[in-house]
Amino acid sequence: MAGMALNSDTPNTKKASSLIYDPKARGIFYQVLTVALLVLFVWTIAQNTIHNLQRANIASGFGFLNGRAGFDIGQSLIAYSSDSTYGRALVVGILNTLQVAIIGIITASIIGFIVGIARLSNNWLIAKLAQVYVEVFRNIPPLLVIFFWYKGVLTILPQARDSLNLPLGSYLNNRGLFVPKPIWGDGTWMMLVAILIAVIATIVIARWAKQRQMRTGQPFHTVWTGIALIVGLPLVTFVALGSPVTFDFPIAGKFNLTGGSVLGPEFMSLYLALSFYTAAFIAEIVRAGIRSVPKGQTEAANALGLRSAAVTRLIVLPQALRIIIPPLTSQYLNLTKNSSLAVAVGFADVVAIGGTMLNQTGQAVEIVALWLVIYLSISVSTAIFMNWFNAKMALVER
Amino acid sequence: MANANPAFVRRDMVAAQPAPPGATGVSHWLRTKLFATPKDIVLTLLAIALIVYIVPGMIDWLFIHASWTGENRAACATIQQGGVLPNGQSGACWAFVGAKFQQFIFGRYPFDERWRPMLVMVMFVILLIPMLIPKAPFKGWNALALFIILPIIAFFLLIGGPFGLPYVETPLWGGLMVTLILSFFGITVSLPFGIILALGRRSELPVIKMLCVMFIEVIRGIPLITVLFMASVMLPLFLPDGWTFDKLLRALIGVSIFSSAYMAEVIRGGLQVIPKGQFEGADSLGLSYWQKMRLIILPQAIKLVIPGIVNTFIGLFKDTSLVSIIGMFDLLGIVTLNQSDANWSTPVTPVTGYVFAGFIFWLFCFGMSRYSAFMERHLDTAHKR
Repeated sequence: MAGMALNSDTPNTKKASSLIYDPKARGIFYQVLTVALLVLFVWTIAQNTIHNLQRANIASGFGFLNGRAGFDIGQSLIAYSSDSTYGRALVVGILNTLQVAIIGIITASIIGFIVGIARLSNNWLIAKLAQVYVEVFRNIPPLLVIFFWYKGVLTILPQARDSLNLPLGSYLNNRGLFVPKPIWGDGTWMMLVAILIAVIATIVIARWAKQRQMRTGQPFHTVWTGIALIVGLPLVTFVALGSPVTFDFPIAGKFNLTGGSVLGPEFMSLYLALSFYTAAFIAEIVRAGIRSVPKGQTEAANALGLRSAAVTRLIVLPQALRIIIPPLTSQYLNLTKNSSLAVAVGFADVVAIGGTMLNQTGQAVEIVALWLVIYLSISVSTAIFMNWFNAKMALVER
Repeated sequence: MANANPAFVRRDMVAAQPAPPGATGVSHWLRTKLFATPKDIVLTLLAIALIVYIVPGMIDWLFIHASWTGENRAACATIQQGGVLPNGQSGACWAFVGAKFQQFIFGRYPFDERWRPMLVMVMFVILLIPMLIPKAPFKGWNALALFIILPIIAFFLLIGGPFGLPYVETPLWGGLMVTLILSFFGITVSLPFGIILALGRRSELPVIKMLCVMFIEVIRGIPLITVLFMASVMLPLFLPDGWTFDKLLRALIGVSIFSSAYMAEVIRGGLQVIPKGQFEGADSLGLSYWQKMRLIILPQAIKLVIPGIVNTFIGLFKDTSLVSIIGMFDLLGIVTLNQSDANWSTPVTPVTGYVFAGFIFWLFCFGMSRYSAFMERHLDTAHKR
């Protein structure tokens, strides 16, 4: 120390040495260094990429999205033919991804909650069955489950002429599940309006009922009223308009079924595999969530004289949901991301269509950028919604 | 007076009486665990019905009616399909797995050179077992050998070249070998990178923090398959002329990038629960940032999140199956490839192959999850309040 003090009588040295040992200055230095290295790295990569693209004669930019796609897509929610543009093909892919993700999330949640609650059952057999389910599906790659359904189960289904007859005029064979296709006639929009009105009315009634219960203590059957409204109002509109919706039923022909809409084996295998796989994880989350509710809560509720259904609905579930929701969100996101495994069985999701486009046009950079944007926006919007839901469910403390 | 001449003093404890009949034994267990309430009776009967519906058929398909030996598809096909089995019989085709077993393990690695992956595997097991036993000594040296020296030896041994070993190019590698290489490499790389990213995310330097957050969130927001596509189509674009990237290396890079981001989040979870006093204590001792992290914070943080780390490993192990989509032949890829072998194509071949692959994957993942549960219990003792 003394030596340093002696040496540092000129102001210059003092300043320099203190700068080296100043954490702030060092921090700035390291950050500038990082940024410089990063810029250098990105610049090198960009140079190489531009050079390689020029060599391969690939024009960059998103202009190719207006070009003719030229490939067919098996299952599409909007009108699409091989004459449509690449842009439209991509939209088809996004819709297919969302379709399988949303239906998969609903199914996985239902199976997952049932299995998760079953694992906590007092019934030994039920608990063990649920445990076997979880341990099997959690430890197998989802891709293998998809292949198993696709090549193992769904191809064993009967041929088109021996289709299995299912209720509601549906058929199941190795070309997929054929279901009646609704044809929206005139005035269908009235039904949509009716549903919207019913939903709004239910929300208003629920608020009013809650306020009344807070004020007077009188309960109100919001759930039943809501169901009656949401089912009843569109039904009344439906009858009043003279049934505007007709169904195009699949008709069994000699070699194939005609009419109706078809859910291909690709979609079915992806959907079933994702649902069963993710359900195993959701089951574990639900189990952990319910077990985290202290036993005293249930006992106190029983002491108040609540029935067991009411204990679950009013006491246990609201507290368990707080623990369940954050990991559940990440499972929903995982399912959405895993839907990209569609490419393995040829279901036209956004990755599969992007891959086809990539092979045809060679626009690797643009297509990877599109993938990034699409998946990140799905992730971010799911995260925002679930955060809102989480904030709503979270414990409000004084 | 009290103890002068007591009429009776019991000198030993009364033996516990047996529980009342009906509160023990099989009948009690059945009554409380299976048939407690009417609802339980219905559930139990439903569960029994489900088991009776599934299990005998499964055992029959897997073992009783399965074909265990045979040279080609005839062993597994019915007479109608051009085989020897009676019509209508269906069973697993284990003969197919038997015939292709070597391929499932080694891929198309040259037959005469298969001792090399075997040797690597033996070294790996010898080094791994003491690593997994918490009480085994020399953890540091063991880790050095397992994570640094073994990969280098394995690389030269597997690819050949020096020491007169014939060169084996990576497209010939395949099967379980590639699955294990990918996951081991991913695990080895993702841990240090994950730690660096997690520290970066909690750094006080805004630029470094932002970069780490961006990297982690972008990678976690997209599916692995797009990362793999990115690695397989974009990496060649990034390199100057004349440079080529091995396909296996591209997959390794993709898998490592992906798992590092997930590992970072797990480790961040551990860093967040370390009390602030630990950081301040280290600071007050005059430790530098890296000393503080290496000696005080990380040992505690990583210990806390070992279960999470193992879960990430399990996820990584399962995710390596995705490389079959970008045209590599890992275990799942080689099983799928062999199903198109005309010599073995029967209706039961695909399912048999997938059941086999599924069992192998299951064995590894289940083993890891059991180990994680064991470690959780083992480490828990230090944190009991």
